Amino acid sequence: MSSEDQRVITALRSGDEDAFAVLVERYSGQLQRLAYVYVKDRHVAEEVVQETWIGLLQSIHRFEGRSSLKTWLFRILLNVARSRARKESRTIPFSSLFDASKDAGEPSVDADRFQPASARWPDHWATPPSQWHQNPELQAVSSETRAHVKAAIDTLPDNQREVITLRDIDGLTSLEVCNLLTISDTNQRVLLHRARGKVRKALETYVGEAR
Amino acid sequence: MGIEDEITCKEIVELVTDYLESAMSEPDRARFDRHLSTCRGCVIYLEQMRETIRLTGTLTEDSLSLVAKSNLMSAFHDWKREATSST
Repeated sequence: MSSEDQRVITALRSGDEDAFAVLVERYSGQLQRLAYVYVKDRHVAEEVVQETWIGLLQSIHRFEGRSSLKTWLFRILLNVARSRARKESRTIPFSSLFDASKDAGEPSVDADRFQPASARWPDHWATPPSQWHQNPELQAVSSETRAHVKAAIDTLPDNQREVITLRDIDGLTSLEVCNLLTISDTNQRVLLHRARGKVRKALETYVGEAR
Repeated sequence: MGIEDEITCKEIVELVTDYLESAMSEPDRARFDRHLSTCRGCVIYLEQMRETIRLTGTLTEDSLSLVAKSNLMSAFHDWKREATSST
């Protein structure tokens, strides 16, 4: 167990309210976003997060530090969120069932953007991407830009949403995500690749329309 | 080094995540870099991908409502009371 985790656990076990408040403040945003992947409703996601914290408190005496406190917390959330989603008979993303080697997926960029086999440089750009620097909306990260990114993520398959949320919004490492979702490094990377590719495509469309 | 060894742009776009995640063998990474050194389209594509990641990272506004936070603090007090009364 890291000394930081050790300190927090000891504080929680002794009923230190400030330690709990700090923890809630630090992780609730991430937990809330992950919960939303499963339950797709803000209010329900909030309930899931509250239930997660209570679950943490109720099992704090059993925590042995085999994983980090953060991974443990996220695992509790996954259990709560998945069972809640099941109750509301939603389909639950099980990334662990995803096998990257069997999934060709759709290309990140439409095939007609590249030169055909008969051309001088087959499979090189025919219509190359253009720079986004000049786009003020993107540079300033306007609320409209964020809305587009969010909408693109919302339409992703659940297992891709799960991975991009954890990696690119919540900032977990690939190792943390693999452990949490019990998926291989390759699967994690393929899911992330597909997800990022579709978000990029959505942004490209948005920038193109704004031009 | 002949053209046969070179990666195409179509391949590059499917390798960007491996590249950004440093999940490539040294020789593949060298081929990737070599392609970038002569292909402006792919340099821009890589920039767009980095920009996409940056923008995705700004979606952090979700947080618990104040009501939920205050509910949690009451739950903490209940838990503490039970924990001390049961020991």
